[in-house]
Amino acid sequence: MQTEIILAGFGGQGILFAGQLLAYAAMDAGREVTWIPSYGPEMRGGTANCTVIISEEEIGAPTVRNPKAALVFNLPSFDKYEPLVLPGGVLIANASLINRSFQRSDLTTVMLPANEIAEALGDKRMTNMVMLGALLQKLPVLSFAAVEKTLQDHLPSRHKHLLAMNFEALKRGAEFAERGVQTTIPNEQVTFNE
Amino acid sequence: MARELLKGNIAMAEASIRAGVEAYFGYPITPQTELLEWMSLRMPELGRAFLQAESEVAAINMVYGAACTGKRVMSSSSSPGVSLMMEGLSYIAGTEVPVVLIDVVRGGPGLGNIAPSQGDYNQIVHGGGHGDYHAIVLAPASVQEAIDLTVLAFDLAEKYRAICIVLADGNVGQMMEPAELPPMLPLDRPVPDWAVQGAQGRERRILSSIYLKPEDEEVTNIRLLERWQTIEANEVRFKEYYLEDAEIAVIGFGSAGRVAYSAVRAARAEGIRVGLLRPITVSPFPSARIAELASQVRAFLVAEMNTGQMLADVQLAVSGRAPVEFYGRLGGVVPFPDEILTEIQRIAYRPMTMNGDPRRSWLKRLKSQME
Repeated sequence: MQTEIILAGFGGQGILFAGQLLAYAAMDAGREVTWIPSYGPEMRGGTANCTVIISEEEIGAPTVRNPKAALVFNLPSFDKYEPLVLPGGVLIANASLINRSFQRSDLTTVMLPANEIAEALGDKRMTNMVMLGALLQKLPVLSFAAVEKTLQDHLPSRHKHLLAMNFEALKRGAEFAERGVQTTIPNEQVTFNE
Repeated sequence: MARELLKGNIAMAEASIRAGVEAYFGYPITPQTELLEWMSLRMPELGRAFLQAESEVAAINMVYGAACTGKRVMSSSSSPGVSLMMEGLSYIAGTEVPVVLIDVVRGGPGLGNIAPSQGDYNQIVHGGGHGDYHAIVLAPASVQEAIDLTVLAFDLAEKYRAICIVLADGNVGQMMEPAELPPMLPLDRPVPDWAVQGAQGRERRILSSIYLKPEDEEVTNIRLLERWQTIEANEVRFKEYYLEDAEIAVIGFGSAGRVAYSAVRAARAEGIRVGLLRPITVSPFPSARIAELASQVRAFLVAEMNTGQMLADVQLAVSGRAPVEFYGRLGGVVPFPDEILTEIQRIAYRPMTMNGDPRRSWLKRLKSQME
């Protein structure tokens, strides 16, 4: 059994890093894993996506037509991947950049305003962690503790001061996914002691 | 050593360093650039030579010169850049100096694109440069294999005074996987008895690819051929999956072999007796093993990311003793496992004949699938 996850959106949204975080966490948990970007002559603002496959056994193809889960950060990615997720799979969509609702009813879905949740935390760059938190809530492929430990171990040292905020972003995403509503966005910015 | 999450290109670069490469010459090109980038960082740090040449033509000739000193040297590039290196590679082959080259193949011909492809199989396996020579060609399918085969490439090149090429593709170069790097080899290997490092106090040695008298060139050609026959006898490598009781054998190398592995596993789950042979050395080619399989299996399926270049080598090995079918995607398109699974099912459930050209029937199926 293997779990395939596609993360897709614009360049600059932290998609490749979010995928790498999953890959590191899977490796640290002793699983087999592949991370592959859809690389192209692309830059910030262009399309960016990657596929992560997590498995207990040797992984064959690193890309799949129909993933078990998709994390879509914008409308073009939503349009592209909504039809492709396996029936019964998980689709997490970023409501901040998507102006329509789900067309499929055979998936576990979460539509969350990840940009706004991240901005309320004080840093728009947390969007990817908010999305990832929602995914981990709905797709029990890796534990939160494992991902948090990995974040601690692999976040580049220049970003270490953002660790607490990353944890909080994961938590907010998960909470939103769990309750289906936005309950924890404060009116004022949260401050972190780091 | 612990497993690390490594990108294929960087893994191959670091593996070369650990294997004791002392000089790297190259020119950036996607999807190989991270390899050169890593070298530009690490080689100066270690006091070894890194040089970004003005072109691939210059780079390969610098490799040629450096190889004559008996040091471990290399270059890396991607398809169009490797085309530019062909003249130099022929000179290197003619001079009988060991060189490692990593080719991260992309879509072509021409400028093509930067997507993963296997379109350069014929160029790398069956020639490239002019004249009568063979290169050893290793085809990794994973990051770990990319590391292991890069290290092996240096050993084989040195052992046979030959060119050893790691034939990767954009997927292998760009993918990240957990993998283990070897320990750093010390640089204390003895100077080979053919190397030129200054002749003070000894008789001078000459390294050249020029043999003006045809009789001398013929002797050289015979030496190269005999050395190649030794390589054929000793260095064939491949990996087998589920072949013990297989009625269908899928054959694919590198990334296509890996996609085929997913398809074979899915077909096994439905009870189809299918296995996979994944050549690790595409040159020398595992012809003997394929010939053996020809008396075991009902049919072969060759899967490639080109129009059927290795297909010809498989057909030669099978020699008409079993049907050989083909499936390929082109121009930088990587097949999904379900495409190869469909082919396996077709072969399993429909009668096979030896009639017709597998390339023509595949192209018909591919075009109808694209409509």
